[in-house]
Amino acid sequence: MFRNQYDNDASTWSPQGCIFQVDYASEAVKQGTAVVGLKSKSHVVLAAVKRSPNELASYMKKIIRIDDHMGIAVAGLTSDARVLSNYLRTEAMRSKMVYGRALPVGRAVNAIGDKAQINTQEYGRRPYGVGLLVIGHDDTGPHLYEFSPSGVVSEYYGYSIGARSQSARTNLERHFEQFADMSLKELIVQGLRALRDTMPQGKQLDSMNTSIGFVGADAKMTILDGDDTQPYLDLLDEGDAAMDTE
Amino acid sequence: MRTATAVAAPIEAHGHNHWSPYVDNGGTTLAIAGEDYVLVASDTRQSDGYAINSRYEPKAFVLSNNAVLGTSGCVADAKRLCEVLEQRAQLYQHKHDRQISTPALARLLSNTMYNRRMLPYYVFPVLAGLDSEGRGAAYAYDAIGSMERVTNSCFGSAETLIQPFLDNQVARNNQRGADPERLLTRQEALKIAIDAFTSATERDIYTGDYLEIFIIDAAGVHKETRELKHD
Repeated sequence: MFRNQYDNDASTWSPQGCIFQVDYASEAVKQGTAVVGLKSKSHVVLAAVKRSPNELASYMKKIIRIDDHMGIAVAGLTSDARVLSNYLRTEAMRSKMVYGRALPVGRAVNAIGDKAQINTQEYGRRPYGVGLLVIGHDDTGPHLYEFSPSGVVSEYYGYSIGARSQSARTNLERHFEQFADMSLKELIVQGLRALRDTMPQGKQLDSMNTSIGFVGADAKMTILDGDDTQPYLDLLDEGDAAMDTE
Repeated sequence: MRTATAVAAPIEAHGHNHWSPYVDNGGTTLAIAGEDYVLVASDTRQSDGYAINSRYEPKAFVLSNNAVLGTSGCVADAKRLCEVLEQRAQLYQHKHDRQISTPALARLLSNTMYNRRMLPYYVFPVLAGLDSEGRGAAYAYDAIGSMERVTNSCFGSAETLIQPFLDNQVARNNQRGADPERLLTRQEALKIAIDAFTSATERDIYTGDYLEIFIIDAAGVHKETRELKHD
């Protein structure tokens, strides 16, 4: 894409039917490190690569808890992600107060989809510069959704967004038919396997730069960071070793 | 000359029928704090005047940070207060990425109640949990949030029967030779709570049916239930 006369604001269509500001916002998502999501019959898992701006700084938070039954992974502008996650958290609590039940995941995602759409149509506003993978478990089972700056929301068995996410998507496409019956542990390792494909040459997944999140019928939204991710990274290595010896 | 046009208000005893937004649903709640635990006991009878609404409607609620909010007074207000408090505790957790401490929650409860100074929550709560050093903490409030940290407290329809008993047996007031600083063990506190309620049940019509006892310590919140007389 190059600068053109149709990309100044979100209320201008191009002759080809693009709103360039929205497309540019999607580029911001592609700048973020990869996140992977996948689901089985009973659980949904997120795996994310955390980036650290420099050696002095801590790693950025990639997975955020919304409620006991819902969480999100973030790729893109973290500040926009914070605003959206605060909104989701408020909506989740409001649902419990008003209706006495946990917020259905689909409804939550459509709510932020609608919010994002406003920014693609109103003059003077800019689209959100963040993509989300939303996971949750409600009375219709486990769910994985993708939210994008355009406001488009899609549900998936497995998906990935962020830098070099196509490699992860290819990995998920090859294996997604086996996800349904996997145990939580297997699902997490499978997610890490897909996530690993997004790493650049010479870089590894380790306990410092990996973040894991999961939720399910019997598991509240849980986020694993640091040493807590090591057992699963070890299983990933063991799996590789087993494949080598075959 | 001005003719008297004002009509004098008819002298009727309408003051008796005046509608009140408040209902006292009866029941009693007590709390005893120890060295490394705190106990909350409340009966489960819900009444409205001479009628019993329910024999089992719990009045003490476990909050997500392992604190227990024991209530008495108007059940609708108590339930709502608990929901609002839980929401604010959740907001705290989202903002600070950790659970709210009991002393912070205690202050939060006080503020929440005082915000309704002009139409108070008709609730006399007691908030129990472990403080930042792991010691048992109980906070007692009035309906507009005036708070005090205590080692023992009782509110509700039988408070006038039980509180003096606690003052003597838990705080060891007015006992010659007793050590008022010594805190009770769990077994002692449990026994006193059960005895207090079985006695109060005999005398107070609004107290009875079942007794729920929550014991909070480092391992979490443990609940026990006992039967009380149903009459």
